[in-house]
Amino acid sequence: MADKKTLTFALMDAPYENARTTTALRLIDAAVRRGYNVNVFAYEGAVAVASPTQKPHPNTVHGRDVAEENHPNPKDWVAAVIAEAERRGAKVDWVQCGLCVDERGVTELLPGTRRGTPGDFWTFAEQSDNTLVIPTR
Amino acid sequence: MAGYLLIASRDAFESRAVPDYFALAADLAAEGAAVTVFLVENGVLGARRSAAGKALEALTGSGVEVLADDFSLRERGIAIDALAGGVAPASIDIVLDHLAAGRKALWH
Amino acid sequence: MAKVLNIVTSAYRGTLEEQDDTIIWLTHAMRGAGAEIDVLLQGSAVNYLVRGQDASGLRFGAWEQTQPPRVDDDLAKLVQKGAKLYAVREDLAERGIAEAPLMDGYEAIGRRDLARLLNGYERVWQW
Repeated sequence: MADKKTLTFALMDAPYENARTTTALRLIDAAVRRGYNVNVFAYEGAVAVASPTQKPHPNTVHGRDVAEENHPNPKDWVAAVIAEAERRGAKVDWVQCGLCVDERGVTELLPGTRRGTPGDFWTFAEQSDNTLVIPTR
Repeated sequence: MAGYLLIASRDAFESRAVPDYFALAADLAAEGAAVTVFLVENGVLGARRSAAGKALEALTGSGVEVLADDFSLRERGIAIDALAGGVAPASIDIVLDHLAAGRKALWH
Repeated sequence: MAKVLNIVTSAYRGTLEEQDDTIIWLTHAMRGAGAEIDVLLQGSAVNYLVRGQDASGLRFGAWEQTQPPRVDDDLAKLVQKGAKLYAVREDLAERGIAEAPLMDGYEAIGRRDLARLLNGYERVWQW
């Protein structure tokens, strides 16, 4: 691609807490569909977004079993955007802040993600066309 | 000048900081920058014709482009014809356009 | 690389658990990696400038926190490293802390001057 861009996103929110997780994944999805390379620095609670131990559940209030409920796990969104990027010849480099995963006990890595440091975030920022920080409150 | 993309995700009826954020957008435009405010999530709740919508109308009058995420609008049942004057619906792709073009991007 | 302005707005968010403000900490870490980053405090974060902040004494049963956060010290160290530290003047005044004893080394900046400040940076990250 002649105009392959690289964008970096810093995420901070834990999943299932607010709309920012879904908006972030919408942005990442739209970027990889364009064939952009995407870097993600998952900081603080956002390290749980790609936690591979997430499990879907049934929902008795909805009257649906686990298959019918098809409950979203953000780790599946992360895996999906990584796969979509590969199909389009792009790359998602998803870094989990190492200190953040240690203190939260979220150390297991989803395939395609890796452990890293704030230095990775700075390297991402240096090598990207742009960086968007999506802050928590 | 690279221009600015100010992403506004907070409910204008809840956050006292929203008017300051919009004032910053107007000030940046007054300094000569191209400025887009992109309303997303509960940020679109202030996009209807309302007291908050009047602030957005004033913002567009100061040269700031104001867009509202079409998904966030639909999710909240906000019809396009209910939007305050000057506020236009837009796909989230517009965020990528501005990021790719190198605009300074803030999220509030 | 680009000169970056980190805007810190939320204060005392997890600071007792982290023993610091995570964005001030991140700013230190990235400066250590070679980044040229300055800091703007706005909103509740302007309270980080107040002298006399004391988070010591936290106990849960027999557990005692021995290293409480010292965000004002962490900010002072950033300034010592060459970072510029700004705080929004109106946010200080509205909170009634403009006249309180504040740490040295910061520059108060009016809200209407923020646009010009931001124009001086290639990247602006609002945390």
